[in-house]
Amino acid sequence: MPAFVDIHDVTHVYAGAEDGAPAVQDLNIKVMEGEFAAVVGPSGCGKSTLMKLATGLQFPAKGTVIVDGREVGAPVKIAGMAFQNPTMLPWRTTLQNLLLPLEVVQPHRSRLRSNRAEYVAKAEALLEQVGLKGQGSKYPWQLSGGMQQRASLCRALIHEPKLLMLDEPFGALDAFTREELWCVIRDLHAAQRFTVVLVTHDLREAVFLADRIFCMSSRPGRIIAEREVDLPRPRDLEVTYTQPFMDIVHELRAHIAHARVAA
Amino acid sequence: MSRRRRDRSLALAPWLFTIGFFLLWEIGCRAFKISSYVLPPPSAILEALWQYRTQIGYHSFHTLWMTLAGFGLAVGFGLLLGMALGASRFVNAGTYPLLVGFNAVPKVAVVPILVIWFGVGWQAPVLTAFMISFFPIVVNVATGLATIEPEAEDVLRALGASKRDIIVKVGIPRSMPYFFGSLKVAITLAYVGSVIGEYNASNVGVGNLMARASADFNVPLLFAALIALAVLGVVMYAITVIVERRMTGWAQRSNFAAA
Repeated sequence: MPAFVDIHDVTHVYAGAEDGAPAVQDLNIKVMEGEFAAVVGPSGCGKSTLMKLATGLQFPAKGTVIVDGREVGAPVKIAGMAFQNPTMLPWRTTLQNLLLPLEVVQPHRSRLRSNRAEYVAKAEALLEQVGLKGQGSKYPWQLSGGMQQRASLCRALIHEPKLLMLDEPFGALDAFTREELWCVIRDLHAAQRFTVVLVTHDLREAVFLADRIFCMSSRPGRIIAEREVDLPRPRDLEVTYTQPFMDIVHELRAHIAHARVAA
Repeated sequence: MSRRRRDRSLALAPWLFTIGFFLLWEIGCRAFKISSYVLPPPSAILEALWQYRTQIGYHSFHTLWMTLAGFGLAVGFGLLLGMALGASRFVNAGTYPLLVGFNAVPKVAVVPILVIWFGVGWQAPVLTAFMISFFPIVVNVATGLATIEPEAEDVLRALGASKRDIIVKVGIPRSMPYFFGSLKVAITLAYVGSVIGEYNASNVGVGNLMARASADFNVPLLFAALIALAVLGVVMYAITVIVERRMTGWAQRSNFAAA
């Protein structure tokens, strides 16, 4: 079976890079359809570049990026994105923020006006799934950081993307909220089986959520290790205190430490 | 102090200070026996205001019209140019020096040219008001557009949003607080412009009234006209502030702004 996201021998240099040094080099990542992949690495290793390459916001200087069987030559349109910063638009209510992708992406764009009630119901159902029932009429700045991040996840999923790209989405949250949101994204993934690429600093987060973990070296980013996580699903938060879980975290930790020393 | 009492004293403070200011002025004029040809006391100005009320009313209304016409032009033009500047770095880089140069020219110096082109009439005040007031609008709208958060842009671009989509959905709403903020500055400037235009190249308006009063050494009328200008200016400013609050309440949510 061909990979859903296939980044093959990719080297990327930003047009504006002063030193002309590549952000990522000879990058190879394969993620199967429906799989939950995590990318971990020291800061500045080109994880965000990876996000941009996979969604078609940047095109590689060398190598190929294939998503859903097609080589990426334009923004992919089948991806939803969420970032560390929830980036909700403050002049729209939470519900209106959720509907934003539908105002852009086809076929929803042309259907939205006449089928508004249906889409609003869908958005409200999604809000309920992440524990924000009835909060849609509030403005994002009236919500707490964790709630905004939940809403941001909903916005990334409202158009039923086949690929969900998460760039440290829980990085700015406190530990308890973060673990709550792990469970939220775990349940959403279990229910809808979209493909996820999660970029994170947090090794426990990666091991808890992912089926497959890629470790990147520091700049220029390369994959230095790939690790399958065979912990049985569904995983409960309790699993994070078990020995097999700790062993994987330790193993990854060693890779990262090695990458940092090498830098 | 309790919150309620503090709120009430805050509401009273502007009146207290304004009345105090005029009282001091009156007392100063009387105590130092200042000639009303130099500085008339407020009582004399009030008298002049009453005496010339029809004239002042008529000319103020005209000035208001000139200002609003120039301001309206500035808003339309400023919005369009600001969007062009904010949306395209090429246009921005190209027109910025021109704009700054244009803004640096004192507009009084342009009035004689307007007189040669249009003669004496409404054109000079309106165009002066326009020229002097569009710059802050352009700069603010362009800033609002150019400072879209890259992540907000990425979210939409990854969905295949066009540049136009991003400007309509994110850029324009985002730049509205900047736009309305600039209106406060622009309305005051437009007012300066229309009065300058009237002073030099019109047969009506408060500016013209002042020019004539000055030629007649009618100092109380001069000051009465100034007071009329001040009142009109405050009213126009207050209206723009109210419009701003209504349109972009979402941008004024912090306690810092409320305090």
